[in-house]
Amino acid sequence: HFGRPRWVNHLRSGASRVLVASRNFANDATFEIKKCDLHRLEEGPPVTTVLTREDGLKYYRMMQTVRRMELKADQLYKQKIIRGFCHLCDGQEACCVGLEAGINPTDHLITAYRAHGFTFTRGLSVREILAELTGRKGGCAKGKGGSMHMYAKNFYGGNGIVGAQVPLGAGIALACKYNGKDEVCLTLYGDGAANQGQIFEAYNMAALWKLPCIFICENNRYGMGTSVERAAASTDYYKRGDFIPGLRVDGMDILCVREATRFAAAYCRSGKGPILMELQTYRYHGHSMSDPGVSYRTREEIQEVRSKSDPIMLLKDRMVNSNLASVEELKEIDVEVRKEIEDAAQFATADPEPPLEELGYHIYSSDPPFEVRGANQWIKFKSVS
Amino acid sequence: MAAVSGLMWRPLRPVTVRDAINQGMDEELERDEKVFLLGEEVAQYDGAYKVSRGLWKKYGDKRIIDTPISEMGFAGIAVGAAMAGLRPICEFMTFNFSMQAIDQVINSAAKTYYMSGGLQSVPIVFRGPNGASAGVAAQHSQCFAAWYGHCPGLKVVSPWNSEDAKGLIKSAIRDNNPVVMLENELMYGVPFEFPPEAQSKDFLVPIGKAKIERQGTHITVVSHSRPVGHCLEAAAVLSKEGVECEVINMRTIRPMDMETIEASVMKTNHLVTVEGGWPQFGVGAEICARIMEGISKKLVLEYSQTQIKRLKLAFTLSQFSLPSPRSCIQLPGCSCCSCHWC
Repeated sequence: HFGRPRWVNHLRSGASRVLVASRNFANDATFEIKKCDLHRLEEGPPVTTVLTREDGLKYYRMMQTVRRMELKADQLYKQKIIRGFCHLCDGQEACCVGLEAGINPTDHLITAYRAHGFTFTRGLSVREILAELTGRKGGCAKGKGGSMHMYAKNFYGGNGIVGAQVPLGAGIALACKYNGKDEVCLTLYGDGAANQGQIFEAYNMAALWKLPCIFICENNRYGMGTSVERAAASTDYYKRGDFIPGLRVDGMDILCVREATRFAAAYCRSGKGPILMELQTYRYHGHSMSDPGVSYRTREEIQEVRSKSDPIMLLKDRMVNSNLASVEELKEIDVEVRKEIEDAAQFATADPEPPLEELGYHIYSSDPPFEVRGANQWIKFKSVS
Repeated sequence: MAAVSGLMWRPLRPVTVRDAINQGMDEELERDEKVFLLGEEVAQYDGAYKVSRGLWKKYGDKRIIDTPISEMGFAGIAVGAAMAGLRPICEFMTFNFSMQAIDQVINSAAKTYYMSGGLQSVPIVFRGPNGASAGVAAQHSQCFAAWYGHCPGLKVVSPWNSEDAKGLIKSAIRDNNPVVMLENELMYGVPFEFPPEAQSKDFLVPIGKAKIERQGTHITVVSHSRPVGHCLEAAAVLSKEGVECEVINMRTIRPMDMETIEASVMKTNHLVTVEGGWPQFGVGAEICARIMEGISKKLVLEYSQTQIKRLKLAFTLSQFSLPSPRSCIQLPGCSCCSCHWC
């Protein structure tokens, strides 16, 4: 499939929209990917993988969408249209898109507060996500959750308490096993959270009961402002599960993430119990929008990762060099994505906030309406489930 | 197995609170496949206090799960399972240990329905013994009614007798919200007569409704859990002095049934709250605060200043020791005896 004539490309002008005939491109290409470090595993994921043109375009579009969505959130935050907490994941796109590529929509996923990318890959639209960030009623949680509390089918947020989502994820895995449907739960946490005690409690019970739980440490080298060397006696996060087998994955390479996820999911589905993946990745932004992100790391370091390991750039280079897509085609996708984000941002800015009357709604589920006391005894809100 | 839902008359027989909770859980486990129980020693040990006796033999490992000593971990696992659609009963050996896991109860369970804009419900029950037992010392004797009762999104129930226990555990399991059920270890072995309707498999005690255990006209006594029994004994003593107490068994801490309490106080003009928790920021303090707010709304227009002064004498009888039947209630102008602490 390599070496097909690319003369057709020269006939196209960059400015005009051209229908790309797929017969001019390769249908797929085989790539070598980095071998994963293994812990308590005889074999790991394969070191080569096949990427189809269709999948490649899909992953590129998804990663670009997450990237632009996060940058738009940055912009809206600086304009004070988004307020409160806002933790961005640009730089980590290969993680959310790669994980999704390795599982089924019927599998489950839970993560911490750096969740916008996962909210998108699990199926919500950019509109709903941005409108939730701006706190409007068109947001996926009706404006009541915000950045850290977005939910979708088989996506359990979005959790604000560092580490608390890990036992939750083990519990979702318990439900998967209880229901006997061969589903797995991806339970994510960061390098900072990896030192939380409750995670080790979850490891113990997941291993004891052979829960189909894939523990995933998204190691972006910094827990807020504390580098991994300053926080952990052992920074081999993939080994921290001790009796749980683990693999360390290049989290900037989406194909590596995908293959590792497929491997881990197959392991869990076979009933062998939990497995641990460490994704080595990097975030360009600071911990949150209140953090410039340069007091505990150098600008040079950020720049080096951007220029050498950017996940979108890596995929783009692979696809272009293997004739899976053209530069122009990918640029077109960029344009489309920009437009989608722009439209979503317009909506998120213009949509009204949830009405004050609904302040007390959704306190209890499935209950008849009742009254909630407001700031003083004469202010009452109605609460509807 | 009787298919008739128990409205058939059966003679009243005494059932202990322990057996009542056991029956309630057994019936709900049978009724709904998604219900399961987890906690320390709930399976092969038959329950630290034997509340889950026989359940593991009947339902097996899948539905009655012994956990390691990891409250934060297993409470989180239970909440996650509830989010994914199961209906767990998470037992804390005592609620003192729930402090290890309290983040999962409040932040992961109670707040989620609201934060998700109504998308993600958490149908879970946290249950176990609460409050003081016999000589178990300070770390094992705290009452958590006020702490859990503080949080929106949670329902908190506190049964006194067997009927309460069975009806409330069943309601709690069927409720789609996180429910904390505060039991009492010293009540587990106490038998009560079970009314016929309580023998039905669909017998439920509604959450959010108090029960007037004893009608009276002179003073309203509000309590929950074991002290309800003390109040009834005190009421019997006071009755001989010509003071008729109306004893209200709260049954639910949150959402609190203020209607019943207010209606009673409007009738009697006197209020005493009795609880096993500490007085500052306690359940009784909340009741008094709400009655005061209610007065300014309803009673100022109807009653004179003296009566309002009497209402201000409402106080909680917990202090540094537990209320006992011999603690009397001091009333203005009453020739009652002084308080005793046992």
